[in-house]
Amino acid sequence: MKHISKDTVKKAFKATIPVMTGYLVLAIGFGILLKTKGYGLGWAIAMSGFIYAGSMQYLTIDLLCGGVSLVTTAVTTLMVNARHLFYGISMVERYKDTGKKKPYLIFSLTDETYSLVCSEESIKGVENPKEYYFLVSLFNQTYWVVGSIIGSILGNIIPFNVEGIDFVLTALFVTIFVEQWLTTKEHRPAVIGVLASVLCLMILGGDNFLIPTMVIIILLLMIQKGKLEFKE
Amino acid sequence: MKLHSILIVAVVAMVTIALRFLPFFIFGGKKETPEVILYLGKVLPYAIMGMLVVYCLRSLPTGGLGAGAAQLISCAVVVGLHLWKRNTLLSIILGTAVYMVLVQVVL
Repeated sequence: MKHISKDTVKKAFKATIPVMTGYLVLAIGFGILLKTKGYGLGWAIAMSGFIYAGSMQYLTIDLLCGGVSLVTTAVTTLMVNARHLFYGISMVERYKDTGKKKPYLIFSLTDETYSLVCSEESIKGVENPKEYYFLVSLFNQTYWVVGSIIGSILGNIIPFNVEGIDFVLTALFVTIFVEQWLTTKEHRPAVIGVLASVLCLMILGGDNFLIPTMVIIILLLMIQKGKLEFKE
Repeated sequence: MKLHSILIVAVVAMVTIALRFLPFFIFGGKKETPEVILYLGKVLPYAIMGMLVVYCLRSLPTGGLGAGAAQLISCAVVVGLHLWKRNTLLSIILGTAVYMVLVQVVL
């Protein structure tokens, strides 16, 4: 932690502002809901500290209240969070040589953190990408943990109607998608991603379409291997 | 009962952590990253962001007309604004504001 440049901190913080908005609101909601089910501050901190996966944590509240078996718990988690395999696969090279920070970088790779570190554009003009990856990851989890604590202790402290503010995370993904689209001439991977997802969603419905989507995406991308035009 | 709750949280945490670490254990140990992973590392982010956008909008087919319209209109605002100004924060803030107004006031 010797040479963190001020500029990198600033850039990392600025990049995480949308996530901060979404995470704080969602985590406050999580802390409140958890508390109303009889699980207080310690549980909120432990879950946001060690699970650190938004939608899965909400689902875990149901699992806790339903008193389901550990096998059901494991299978549910596997189904809901399988998409994280994807993030790992595409970050293997980028997170190489990150040294002592690597375990934390891998642990904290949520949807939102992934979206901020996955593209070349995100580290454009950043002096030290490893430092940047680390700070983005740490800032995001901090928002999440702090939000959970606030929700658990203080309840709903937000003085205005925030209904719909969670759209901020959708907007973040849309912006990054558009930004990626604008920075490459090769649009086939993006098109494959959207079409495979839409197709599986229409056929299988919102609850189980991600895993088949991932399989189809990998298959199609492997077929296209060697045919896609990427510079570098 | 408390013990079972602790175990549930532990299992969720361990499975999630395992999923996150698995690719790095399989492909990250070697000096040279396998060529196929280098390729996927390059093309997957584009496909994944497309998948994540659809994932966020997964309630569209079943969520009713009003909710769907609010999401689609707001997404269109984000895309249009971003193509025009190309300012990430601006696109996100205005898009979200439009969505909040739509779900709270209009629809």
